[in-house]
Amino acid sequence: MAIKQITVFVENKQGALVSITDTLAENNVNIRALSIAETEDFGILRLIVNDEETAKKTLTENGYLIKVTNVVGVKIGDAPGKLTEALRVLDNAGINMEYLYAFMARTEKHAYVVLRVEDDEIAESALEAAGFHLITNADICKL
Amino acid sequence: MTQNYYQKEIETMPVEEIKKLQSEKLVKQVKHVYENVAYYRDLMDKKGVKPEDIHGIEDLYKLPFLTKADLRDAYPYGLLAKPLDECVRIQSTSGTTGRRVVAFYTQHDVDLWEECCARAIVAAGGTKKDVCQVAYGYGLFTGGPGLNGGSHRVGCLTLPMSSGNTERQIQFMMDLNATILCCTPSYAAYIGESLKEQGYKPEDIPLKAGIFGAEPWTEEMRRGIEDTLGIKAYDIYGLTETSGPGVSFECCEQTGMHINEDHFLAEIIDPDTGEVLPEGSKGELVFTSLDKEAFPLLRYRTRDICVLSRKKCSCGRTLIKMAKPMGRTDDMLIIRGVNVFPSQIEAVLLKQGYEPNYQIVVDRVNNNDTFDVNVEMTADKFTDKVSEILAMEKSLAEAMKIMLGINPKVHLVAPKSIVRSEGKAVRVIDKRKLI
Repeated sequence: MAIKQITVFVENKQGALVSITDTLAENNVNIRALSIAETEDFGILRLIVNDEETAKKTLTENGYLIKVTNVVGVKIGDAPGKLTEALRVLDNAGINMEYLYAFMARTEKHAYVVLRVEDDEIAESALEAAGFHLITNADICKL
Repeated sequence: MTQNYYQKEIETMPVEEIKKLQSEKLVKQVKHVYENVAYYRDLMDKKGVKPEDIHGIEDLYKLPFLTKADLRDAYPYGLLAKPLDECVRIQSTSGTTGRRVVAFYTQHDVDLWEECCARAIVAAGGTKKDVCQVAYGYGLFTGGPGLNGGSHRVGCLTLPMSSGNTERQIQFMMDLNATILCCTPSYAAYIGESLKEQGYKPEDIPLKAGIFGAEPWTEEMRRGIEDTLGIKAYDIYGLTETSGPGVSFECCEQTGMHINEDHFLAEIIDPDTGEVLPEGSKGELVFTSLDKEAFPLLRYRTRDICVLSRKKCSCGRTLIKMAKPMGRTDDMLIIRGVNVFPSQIEAVLLKQGYEPNYQIVVDRVNNNDTFDVNVEMTADKFTDKVSEILAMEKSLAEAMKIMLGINPKVHLVAPKSIVRSEGKAVRVIDKRKLI
């Protein structure tokens, strides 16, 4: 059920990010959501794309260090307090979260949150049990 | 300026007499080593040299060399020439590739070492009226104990501060009117900067001289320290293998360090062929301990690149002078006074599951060494969690600190981002301008 996220190691130098997005664009990979974490020494680019196989292949071929991890995608209402509801479910279930990022859909009245948690299956069942609608890579591509 | 000597008859002995003294001592020392050190006896036998072949310093070239590798092979007792119950002291190197080097001293050895340091203090203008602040580390490191002993022998009021705790160093210096400071040049510069920040002008500072060694430093740095502290700054050289600081020391001329030739016989060799080079040639510095009892190394290759000169010195000393070492024959770096071999970094990386693709970057900022290690991230270790990557950097830095004794800043970088030269990563970038 979990969403496949592609993480790329980004060198701390000018043009590093654009060359990654350029590589993806050339191979017709569409980025649906992303987040960047940065430290003094490097950046970590996390991507959800429409075609992760192609993304994986082209990035690896171009010498990028990548890692594919499972993340949880959840649909929440586009209204104040909706994110809190989802987070509270995880908190109550004692699930540790590493990071999250969110994005809006173009047409629907919904927002989507990508969560990186310790155990994605437990997090998913907790969210589903609380009535949340989980999303998949396929769902994301349709948005 | 009147020149004082600690042991005038030796320090100003005519060169021919020094050579005669060295010859007599060498003949006895070779016999002592051959009889008591099986390790060196084997080396001599292999080379077909017997003690009776050594009639004086002109025969020195016949003896086999000792290297750091021999010291490691013979660890800990293999080169010991006296029974342990006649030894009174052990000192050790700051950090090595693999095993540390331990050196043993009889009371006689401690005495001669301290005398060498006393000569250095007197050459820097020290007398029994001085207050000598020793801010080298005390312990296994030879800096503190050596200068401490020398200071006692001169009769200075000795402040055994050890290194660190700069606030306390400054408080003692100012309250107790320290006139001589002994420490690494980078620490002297740091103390100078701290005094300046606290508003002290050179004329407010009671110091008149400093004896600084254990790491490379430049003339520019010397002038900086002299200006900030209002002192004359003297260089001192030594290594644990031969005794510690005081193998050679600077006089008022500040143009090279007089070698205590009555104890240490110096040669310059071609590091590739081992051939002895004539005076004035640049090559590897080799020392023979002439009268150390417990740990008498013969023809020990220091791996320091150096030049010797017998040019007459205005201080009146006839002892041969060595220039500041101009580099190393191996890849050893001296960072913050500590010996660092790239292979030590490599050992840490391999142990923690990294490829040996790294780069050491050393620089000097505000007279302090910076020490950065770039390590290429591997596909296995890469993760999307920042906290885990920071923990990896921390774990590498901690392991390196344990291995080396000094703290590096570790940076994980992208694979293949470290510049390769002919396929091999460039291991060391030393931006310090020291020569």
